[in-house]
Amino acid sequence: MAQRALAAPDVLAAEERAAQAREARQHRTEHLLQGALFVAIVGGWEASARTGLADPFFFGQPSAIVATIWRWATRGTPQGPLWQHIAVTLEETVLAFAIGVAVGVVAGFALGRNRTLAAVFGPYVRMGNAIPRVILGSIFVIWLGLGMASKVALGVTLTFFIVFFNAFQGVREVDPNLVNNARVLGASPRQLSFDVMLPSALGWITSSLHTSFGFALVGAVVGEFLGATQGLGYLVAAAQGAFNANGVFAAMVILSAVALLADTLVTRLEQRLAPWRPAQRKGF
Amino acid sequence: MAVDGGSRLDHGTPAIALERVTKRFRTPGGSVYTAVRDLTLTVARGEFCAIVGPTGSGKSTTLSLISGLEAPSSGRVSVLGEPVAGVTRRAGYMFQTDAIFPWKNVLDNVATGPLYRGVRREEARRRARAWIARVGLAGFEDRYPYQLSGGMRKRVALAQSLINEPEILLMDEPFSALDVQTRTLMENELLDLWSQTSASVVFVTHDLEEAISLADRVVVFTAAPATLKRTYRIDLPRPRNVAEIRFDPRFTRLYEQVWGDLRAEVMIAYERTSRGTVA
Ligand SMILES: Nc1ncnc2c1ncn2[C@@H]1O[C@H](COP(=O)(O)OP(=O)(O)OP(=O)(O)O)[C@@H](O)[C@H]1O
Ligand SMILES: [Mg+2]
Repeated sequence: MAQRALAAPDVLAAEERAAQAREARQHRTEHLLQGALFVAIVGGWEASARTGLADPFFFGQPSAIVATIWRWATRGTPQGPLWQHIAVTLEETVLAFAIGVAVGVVAGFALGRNRTLAAVFGPYVRMGNAIPRVILGSIFVIWLGLGMASKVALGVTLTFFIVFFNAFQGVREVDPNLVNNARVLGASPRQLSFDVMLPSALGWITSSLHTSFGFALVGAVVGEFLGATQGLGYLVAAAQGAFNANGVFAAMVILSAVALLADTLVTRLEQRLAPWRPAQRKGF
Repeated sequence: MAVDGGSRLDHGTPAIALERVTKRFRTPGGSVYTAVRDLTLTVARGEFCAIVGPTGSGKSTTLSLISGLEAPSSGRVSVLGEPVAGVTRRAGYMFQTDAIFPWKNVLDNVATGPLYRGVRREEARRRARAWIARVGLAGFEDRYPYQLSGGMRKRVALAQSLINEPEILLMDEPFSALDVQTRTLMENELLDLWSQTSASVVFVTHDLEEAISLADRVVVFTAAPATLKRTYRIDLPRPRNVAEIRFDPRFTRLYEQVWGDLRAEVMIAYERTSRGTVA
């Protein structure tokens, strides 16, 4: 009875094929409009720079930004090879992300599972989260120097709280029915933690990964901006010091590209972690 | 309370005994709400006992008292002669709402119980496959719950409970969300599976027809707080076919009797809620 449904032939009717074709056309139009919007904005910017409507010295110029990126990529930046800066920033970001997520998950899970821990540490965690982190960045530079450590520390303080609150909430919001079911089926407290609470909180945790990766990157860049000898944030600071608007924009474009790429990787990671969730519709 | 007739009924220690059990809850407002009051109920070994009662009368609460998920405020609960302290290992429980694990596929969901009880993974999976086939889900082992229909999810829950070979099976409106055809099918399958075991069943339902066609005994609960209003012996012959037994004249007679009792309680519960007063 059940198997027949599985074996049923899957042939699309003519209307369904037509609907698919309509869908594809719709997609093409959307992409075309997306492209048109980009051309309009960048073209407008370039045109106003060339006609002198917006002074390229202050506002930059798309063609010059592209030229700067090309120069940096092929002949290196005034501060050394471009790839080295990208690698440093990425390394700081990934380190901060990994440490922040690991500590955040463990702490959030422990506090979510244990009432006493939550009561004792809860207020301090909230206070810690209220500290303005950019100022903390300056202190980290004083404490840990201009190297990587100060940037990683700043990134960790940013990512930790996001992941912590999500893991904590995730454990708190576990469906009590699932917990009861597991208990009746014979789960020990340990099995309850790792076989029910953790997978159930994983949805909350993974949904925080995007945001926290973004914040790890912000931590690295802001840290470099505040004081460093390497990294994309340092490039921005250097270009700013030289009144080079195109340089600032160029660093920004590279940063965005890196962030987008990383975001795709995090999405992959997310799907690996939760294959049991219905595939989400693409889009916003 | 002697329940004779069915040859499979055992007259020794009852499977379930509730003695003057009361359960009070603290409401968020700080007051105390009595969900079950002075309930005395025994279920014999191998008996199929159905509980009907108005909504909010404390049926689910009674099941969680039997399972040990909740402790009574006063009174005694024992299962197979042992007082219940903490979750009993001898019960299976199908919850009122879906409680299979959404992150496990069908095979792992069904294998959960044996794994928790220390069976090796290979062996647990082997047993799970057999149970999946028995509830008619062969071929769906690697589907996740979101890929199943409501009826299939109920089958998974049933296999998940039965694989532990519970001596008592608690079922809280297990089929109420299903369409009539699927429900009849599942009721027959349940009777079939149950007849192969010696388990006692406590089956909560709103559907009096379902209660009478499945059970050896129908227990009517009063409007909240729950106490036992009356119990009815259902002496219809077994094996039964749920789809046909409804046309038996004895079925109709029983239905009218029980319905008379139940209607009175449902009216009381309804009037209370419509006046917005809570006992
Ligand atoms: N944990 C709890 N805290 C406070 N009140 C509770 C709790 N659990 C149940 N109750 C109350 O006890 C009463 C009985 O609930 P119960 O779920 O047992 O009813 P029921 O007979 O199963 O109803 P239904 O047929 O609608 O499922 C309800 O009024 C409910 O509000
Ligand atoms: Mg209920």
